[in-house]
Amino acid sequence: MDLFNNLFFGFSVALSLQNLWFCFIGVFLGTLIGVLPGIGPLATIAMLLPITFNVPPVAALIMLAGIYYGAQYGGSTTAILVNLPGETAAVVTCIDGYQMARQGRAGPALAIAAIGSFFAGTVCTLIIAMFGPPLAEMALKFGAPEYFSLMLMGLVAAAVLAHGDMIKSLAMVAMGLLLGIIGTDVNSGMARYSFGIPELTDGIGFIVIAVGVFAVGEIVSNLGETEERKVFTSKISGLMPTKEDLKTSFWPIVRGTSIGAFFGVLPGTGPAIASFSSYMVEKKMAKDPSRFGKGAIEGVAGPEAANNADAQCKFIPTLTLGIPASAVMALMLGALTIQGIAPGPQVMTQKPDLFWGLVASMWIGNLMLVILNLPLIGLWVSLLKVPYRLLFPAIMAFSCIGIYSVNNSSFELYLTAIFGLIGFMWMRLECPPAPMLLGFVLGPLMEENLRRALLISRGDPTVFVTRPISLGFMIATVLIIVIMLAPAVKARRAAITG
Amino acid sequence: MKLEWRTNKDLWAGLMYIVTGALGMWIARDYPFGSALRMGPGYFPSVLGGIMVAMGIYVLALGLRKNHEKIQGNLSLRALIVLPISMIVFGILMEEAGFIPAMAALIPISAAASREFKWLEVLGLTVGLTILCAAGFIFALGLPYPLIKGLWGY
Repeated sequence: MDLFNNLFFGFSVALSLQNLWFCFIGVFLGTLIGVLPGIGPLATIAMLLPITFNVPPVAALIMLAGIYYGAQYGGSTTAILVNLPGETAAVVTCIDGYQMARQGRAGPALAIAAIGSFFAGTVCTLIIAMFGPPLAEMALKFGAPEYFSLMLMGLVAAAVLAHGDMIKSLAMVAMGLLLGIIGTDVNSGMARYSFGIPELTDGIGFIVIAVGVFAVGEIVSNLGETEERKVFTSKISGLMPTKEDLKTSFWPIVRGTSIGAFFGVLPGTGPAIASFSSYMVEKKMAKDPSRFGKGAIEGVAGPEAANNADAQCKFIPTLTLGIPASAVMALMLGALTIQGIAPGPQVMTQKPDLFWGLVASMWIGNLMLVILNLPLIGLWVSLLKVPYRLLFPAIMAFSCIGIYSVNNSSFELYLTAIFGLIGFMWMRLECPPAPMLLGFVLGPLMEENLRRALLISRGDPTVFVTRPISLGFMIATVLIIVIMLAPAVKARRAAITG
Repeated sequence: MKLEWRTNKDLWAGLMYIVTGALGMWIARDYPFGSALRMGPGYFPSVLGGIMVAMGIYVLALGLRKNHEKIQGNLSLRALIVLPISMIVFGILMEEAGFIPAMAALIPISAAASREFKWLEVLGLTVGLTILCAAGFIFALGLPYPLIKGLWGY
């Protein structure tokens, strides 16, 4: 069968010594930054991106992907042990995971989180392998109108499902699109918004914006707060969950995986949405909902499976359509571009080793995380004791070296400093920067496809609703907005995202 | 009730959107607009700027409500000034003096952004990180930067 042939080929690529090594570096770094609050996968991948130029494409992508899903693991470890979500998606895990730890059941909580994530990882590897090729085939038939509508849907979803006010998020998308225009217009050769600065005619690198906002801006913001970090380390005795634990967790894990996979394929949504939804579902389904919040194992198993499934399924739209499904995925596509590979549906046929190697490596990486992390928990917890005043200069050093190596010039550094200040302002005003970054990446693509679509249709804007696939995306876009504006959903959303 | 404008989150956010959108449209008026059939380079930015101004007005209106939201948290003016300076110094020293001087300046200066600056600790951090980064980035990854310009490396 094709499926198994492809997967077998993928494993033969991923199991090469070099790729295994990069997979290990990726998941190790990922867990590290997942444990450490104040630095997320987005900033880390952005910093490391220029350096991947010296690494073969498959190995580079395997490493960057490892950082991404490794961070989800690390985030849940600290959520359970110290009630501190290393990543936003782990906020849910804190609720019942920390309670389990306080009851002396930290071991089973960590183990079930790992088992749930691994199960989700395995299922999603199969899902990508099954649905990737037909989706890519379909995408090859996409024209300019379809791409424009799909990107519009992704941007609206990203804005609408983000934290906070919807219009503010949409305005941030527009801000990103506007920033994306800076540079030379491909159609007319005209330099736009370059203010006569020659370096700006090439446009702003998205690494500059990502590091500026998510590393420098974040540090400025953190330094305003007084540091208070209580490390509660319970002794971990008995790692293995009981038979009863496994039995109660089985269906939550399966449900969590399906919820995560669903949100994963949808462009624009983040893993936090998936894990919150899974928690809600488990609480609804439980015979005794009052156990939730007091150390119910289902409250750890479901959301953990969901966030890992989401993280992994985000690769489906990204790799098959060439449309980044989240800001982190935009960086993955950036890594491809650095290697001289144009993202899009043709990647799967032209670079099968890249696609299948990456898919197989995700399964291997998940296995590594299970095997490595449970014994290394002591190390991660001791890392939490490193004070922030020592941590942030190190983040600054890595950021600066990473940025400087983009073009071997300090112009990018100065721009990054400016975006650090702008990013800090955005955070203060609660204008969410993640939708902005997605808009920035998709901006040039969107303008290009809009122009092409209207050129083909001779200026007739109905082209977006007369072609069936494009119409489907447009309807989905409207549906997302309508559902989110419905009073019941609005109230619940406010309760969830705060 | 007097409107608290200093800490009014949405008022400032709305103003930011309006100014950015308007500036975008104002600059784009020099670019050929074209038509829907043949869009000029000015079409997309102008429309986008207009949308931004409209959304900015909505957000501004949120800030004019009686129970508007306030900006939360504290601000570290020290970090706001010191961190960008540390990056600029790093950039200048990378071009003029090499990797080691740049790192040796970046780490203590950026560490000074925190109120809990301790000399001995920062000295140790500077030496440790400089060695670690030189080993990792220059020797292992082979980034082509001289350690000290004219003396050591390339």
